[in-house]
Amino acid sequence: MTMHEGETRTGQPQASVHDPRRVVRARWVIILLVASLLLALAANLCLGSVRVPLDEIVPILLGAHRGETAYQVIWNIRLPRLLAAALLGGALALSGLLLQTLFSNPIAGPYVLGISNGAKLAVAFVMIMVVGDVAIMTSWMSMLAAFMGSLAVMAAVLVISRHVRSAGTLVIAGVMIGYICSAATDLLVTFASDANIANLRNWSQGSFSGINAEQVVAITVVVAVASACVFLISKPLGAFQLGESYAQSVGVDVPTFRIVVILLSSVLAASVTAFAGPISFVGVAVPHVARRLLGTSKPLLVVPVTFLAGSVACLLCDLLARSLFAPIEMSVSTVTAIFGAPIVIWVLLSRKGREV
Amino acid sequence: MTQRVQQEVLLEARDLTVGYGHTRVVEGISFSALSGSIVSLIGPNGAGKSTMLKTFAGYLRPLAGSVSLCGEDLQRLDNTRRSRLMSVLLTDRVRTELLTCADIVEAGRYPYTGHLGVSTREDLRKVRAAMELVKVWDLRDRDFMQLSDGQRQRVMLARAICQEPRVMVLDEPTSHLDIRYQIELLDVLHHLAHEQGVAIVMTMHELPLARRISDWVVCVKDGGVALQGAPAEVFVPTVIDDLYDLKPGTFDSLTGDVALFMGTQPVATREGGPRAST
Repeated sequence: MTMHEGETRTGQPQASVHDPRRVVRARWVIILLVASLLLALAANLCLGSVRVPLDEIVPILLGAHRGETAYQVIWNIRLPRLLAAALLGGALALSGLLLQTLFSNPIAGPYVLGISNGAKLAVAFVMIMVVGDVAIMTSWMSMLAAFMGSLAVMAAVLVISRHVRSAGTLVIAGVMIGYICSAATDLLVTFASDANIANLRNWSQGSFSGINAEQVVAITVVVAVASACVFLISKPLGAFQLGESYAQSVGVDVPTFRIVVILLSSVLAASVTAFAGPISFVGVAVPHVARRLLGTSKPLLVVPVTFLAGSVACLLCDLLARSLFAPIEMSVSTVTAIFGAPIVIWVLLSRKGREV
Repeated sequence: MTQRVQQEVLLEARDLTVGYGHTRVVEGISFSALSGSIVSLIGPNGAGKSTMLKTFAGYLRPLAGSVSLCGEDLQRLDNTRRSRLMSVLLTDRVRTELLTCADIVEAGRYPYTGHLGVSTREDLRKVRAAMELVKVWDLRDRDFMQLSDGQRQRVMLARAICQEPRVMVLDEPTSHLDIRYQIELLDVLHHLAHEQGVAIVMTMHELPLARRISDWVVCVKDGGVALQGAPAEVFVPTVIDDLYDLKPGTFDSLTGDVALFMGTQPVATREGGPRAST
């Protein structure tokens, strides 16, 4: 790559504090990810059971061919779905990054800590037991229920984390909580007598299908605000990487910061679960991929790259989920697990010798 | 070496009781650390030296009495102001991923950088100066986790230095280091105190080193301060034997002559030393 560019750019005769190649590398990583994102968006738009040729896509997006099937497919099905996948993928990855920092635990994530399934249980409970009808459940109601569920599991995990030292034990406890919540959700779904039950079942396994435009608006608002907040706390996130004591010693208000991280990671995880159900392994794996690509764990770079990588990952996984065995659609969680779980194993192995 | 004429009280404990919750660990602590001086806390394991340091650093609230930092009550100082006045070096094991030594040291500039924490040229210059002082500049691009314990400790010290504190609080800075690193580290502390006027408060287990480096020694035992004074008063067989419950006459054999500060003058033990505010 372009080593010389970085060296001359600083214009200092003496060696600089940081390797200038790091900035160059970050720039390339971002360019590469943005390009992959655009490609993935285009692929999600074009591919599917109804084949829409590339040269028709642009006119359709500009409003032509109104009333044709292709127009309906693009505007009502594919566009909401791919926007949701991109935004929620980023949200999920950021949530994982926050949880890994909060618990100083490399294998933490919203799914493995049971938070996604907690949110799922809360949404299913409100949908079936309180509202009683899937159809009249608004986006904001789902979001609020999911947020409450996330916070409840988060509280449980925080209590457990005070009693266990090993990162592995914490994750096992989280996985167990997740199983309990998932089983409870299955019970609820089984007893639900609703016409939309099939849809609910898809959602409870993790799926981007059936997301409508109104939901996309809600997703965009919540994810954009929460992600911007995560970027703005990059500085204390960085200080937190050296541990709570050192963070406090350089002036981080640790109790407040912890609350902010808990709320943000819960909002992000909840927004995913409210609309797409629990999606596995993206939260754990993507932050590691982002750090490895960048060669650093500085949050100012890792936060945006994690979001981008999460978007790309979910778009590609969703594309595979719906096209691999079309017309049968797999749950997106199945696909993310196939790619995500090996990355987690690799993280564990690369830390051999250190207490994970 | 010219002696500083005016020394300020930078860290002061008044009738301080430290501990956790309802457990009082050390009571009735009164002492002050002056600018340009090194204060060592010595005493047997479990006497509460670390609990004292944690209270000085603001991690624990005093159970009674008060701590003041540069004339202000530590409990009332806001985080940023406190962190610009005091830095710490702890015994916590720092585990990082994909962070270079320069990144770690740069983290010490936190109280001075803007909202996103981007270092200015000036910040980076200070990072470099701190790394050069501690002789870790050559390690700047190395991954922190791949260093030896001694190198890591020096990087963490550089981090504490580039925070530009007036007071440094160090918990057992020389433990786990071999004799060469111990001497180099104390050499840097000596420089900070006597050339830059930093007040240093630390716990020490290595008595011969504590004797050489300290300007004032506080002996902690049985839930209180047993004695404090200049090294010449403290490091006498009767006091040390009693402090550590040693057989009478043991201590003398421990004071092997250790030549500190390679090449430079050993620390002159000052007459009088910092006053204890009682």
